[in-house]
Amino acid sequence: MLLEAATESVAESVAARADEISFAPSGALAAHAAVLGTIRGNARGVRPRFTHSAVEHSSILHAGEFAAVESVSVGVDRFARVDADAFVSAARGAAAAALQAGNHEVGTRQPVARVAEALGDVPLIVDVSQAIGHEAPPEGWSVLTADARVWGAGPGAGVLAVRTGTRWSPPFPADDRGRLPGAPDLPAIVAAAASLRAARASAAQDALRMRRQIDRIRAAVALIDDVDVLGDPVDRFPHIATFSCLYVDGEAVLTALDREGFAVSSGSSCTSSTLEPSHVLVAMGALTSGNVRVSVHPGTTDADVEKFLAVLPGVVADVRAELGASGL
Amino acid sequence: MTVIDCRGRPCPAPILELARHIGDVDINAVISVEADDPAAGPDIRAWCRMRAHTFLEASQADDGTPRFTVRRLH
Repeated sequence: MLLEAATESVAESVAARADEISFAPSGALAAHAAVLGTIRGNARGVRPRFTHSAVEHSSILHAGEFAAVESVSVGVDRFARVDADAFVSAARGAAAAALQAGNHEVGTRQPVARVAEALGDVPLIVDVSQAIGHEAPPEGWSVLTADARVWGAGPGAGVLAVRTGTRWSPPFPADDRGRLPGAPDLPAIVAAAASLRAARASAAQDALRMRRQIDRIRAAVALIDDVDVLGDPVDRFPHIATFSCLYVDGEAVLTALDREGFAVSSGSSCTSSTLEPSHVLVAMGALTSGNVRVSVHPGTTDADVEKFLAVLPGVVADVRAELGASGL
Repeated sequence: MTVIDCRGRPCPAPILELARHIGDVDINAVISVEADDPAAGPDIRAWCRMRAHTFLEASQADDGTPRFTVRRLH
């Protein structure tokens, strides 16, 4: 009963039927199952093709590599958006294609509906992790995947939805229960469904406030010397602002902001813990060093935003001074 | 040709050194950075865009280290 109610609720949020929905133990596993199962269900010939944007989440890209298919990566513009026509022509004849609802690092939405319309028989996998807590996911998906942690639930639940009529073969040994093996983690799923329902109930109002806060952050950050504000200024998710600061070590900024009470992320590789810079930043031609990603959530106040903006210029200036970069 | 050695140095050292030494060469002359940090390629290209210089090419030093060549425009 609980599982049915949770399934119905999540199905409604993504405009799916309940029997199209499965729960995975994590968002990553849902993404892997989406890619591997769709390729398996549609593979023709020795080396089937998997077409994806260059800025997909790493779980989608890693699944493609694991499947040992011919992976075709479609490049993006400086906002991290694919060109719909270029994507469609690269996906023609592919076993599967993957295009996120929008980007997880810079917030730019992708032209999913336009691509889906022109794609014909090629099944389209759409990762809606970043969209689903804030807005209705784009239409046109054949297979949908989402990570419940991104909409604020705890770990333990990912969503895999397979549209009726889409060829999807389980990439695991057969299991009587459904698309994914094993018993689902019921408490995690119920909690994830409840938090999604709550997020979506207030999403329209929350998104307006978060968008205003993010616009404020983007405008204020752009006034700091030698900072590139990233992602589409308008056609974007409401909750992420990303920027790169010239002559700055991303890790040093994170540490300094953490001391001020702000937890932010970075796509930089300025430390030994991350060897490669973010593939999203590289694909869009952005500066990868000094990268900072700020997320706001429904509980973020305007006062929080102003406090952040008050400390940020000093933090950036201090890091530049430490690196001997002042005045360069 | 002026070559900056940034082997073994993580980002943002390659663009910092490039910024410090771009003035060492004449306008319209070229300067190269040899750097093995994986962020060096994307960051030097982004630096050229932000500082209005020309990114000319990515090649390799004799030891296989990536080398990035830039033309000073102003």
